[in-house]
Amino acid sequence: MFFQRVNFTHPAFWEGVRTSAALAPGLAAWGVMTGVAMVNAGMSTFDSVLMTLVVYAGSVQLAAIPLLAAKAPMWVIVTTAICVNLRFVVFSAHLRQYLMVWPRWQRLVNGYFTADLTYVQFTQRFPHPAEDDAGRRAEQAFLCGHYGLTWLNWVVTGLIGIALTHAVPAHWGLGFAGILGLVGVTCSLATSRLRVTAAVVAGAASVAAVALPLKLNIVVGIAVAVAVCMLMDRLPGLAPAPKDAA
Amino acid sequence: MINLEHVPTMLSLAVVTLVTRCFFFISDKPWEMPGWVERGLRYAPIAALTVVVVPEILTLQGQLISDWRDARWPAALASGAYFLLQRGRGQSILGTIVTGMAVYLPLHLGLGW
Repeated sequence: MFFQRVNFTHPAFWEGVRTSAALAPGLAAWGVMTGVAMVNAGMSTFDSVLMTLVVYAGSVQLAAIPLLAAKAPMWVIVTTAICVNLRFVVFSAHLRQYLMVWPRWQRLVNGYFTADLTYVQFTQRFPHPAEDDAGRRAEQAFLCGHYGLTWLNWVVTGLIGIALTHAVPAHWGLGFAGILGLVGVTCSLATSRLRVTAAVVAGAASVAAVALPLKLNIVVGIAVAVAVCMLMDRLPGLAPAPKDAA
Repeated sequence: MINLEHVPTMLSLAVVTLVTRCFFFISDKPWEMPGWVERGLRYAPIAALTVVVVPEILTLQGQLISDWRDARWPAALASGAYFLLQRGRGQSILGTIVTGMAVYLPLHLGLGW
């Protein structure tokens, strides 16, 4: 945990902080605009602050804001959030190999704070789970440093956005910086032809199915892309390169 | 007076964040990942990000954009191009944001795209 001395005195903690700092401006712009968007949609200051502090998932917040404004039933909002967050279920299967060595409460804290950027940069920094104790400590320290700064950045800029709603007009569209950051993250995952194929198929399917309610287009897109690639990697000549085996 | 009407929704969303992010390591039980799941996991992360990102770039109010004068797709293309040029030269995600916004803001605020 970021508040444990064993982590923040570890050099990898600060490496994680620096890695997150490189992305901080884009995330900050997204955080401010999410704050602005909440207040502009008619949410109370109390609700906006509570959402910023506890939900900690930019894409869920952006999907939930119009639903809250439209007074949608709670089950609709929660189901939509599950669909939007489905990618984290996928990431958690991967992170499991790194985290199972820690006690459950530490896994839950680390998992809760590990959003897209932290997941991608952590697994790039540590492509294979450590096999010894020193390596595992470095992994956890890096993870804590990375998500520590990322969380702080998100919460502080979200609160700034809530406070400055009228100073930063929503029509400037600064929140698009967050999506552009995710474009960069997506590109950095495109390390093989089949992964590029997965992205193209998933993108096309999610747009084709965009009219589905509850953001089910996200579920459809992932399912179609993974199924197509699993069929294709059995074809001769398309066998995945070794580095695909993440 | 603070209105607590939405507190249950916010707390539920926080639980969704916790459970989805921890899904496969909540239980302490040992569990061997089946081979087909492991194969699927090669492609699932990039697919799972793309399905969130692409509709944010190419759709508006639940429909594919019909007017090509939209600042989002040229900005995303510029970001992607920057990433390809920078490939292998370390941290490039900040560059994708800066390049994309340098295309997005003039088109969006200047030309109203």
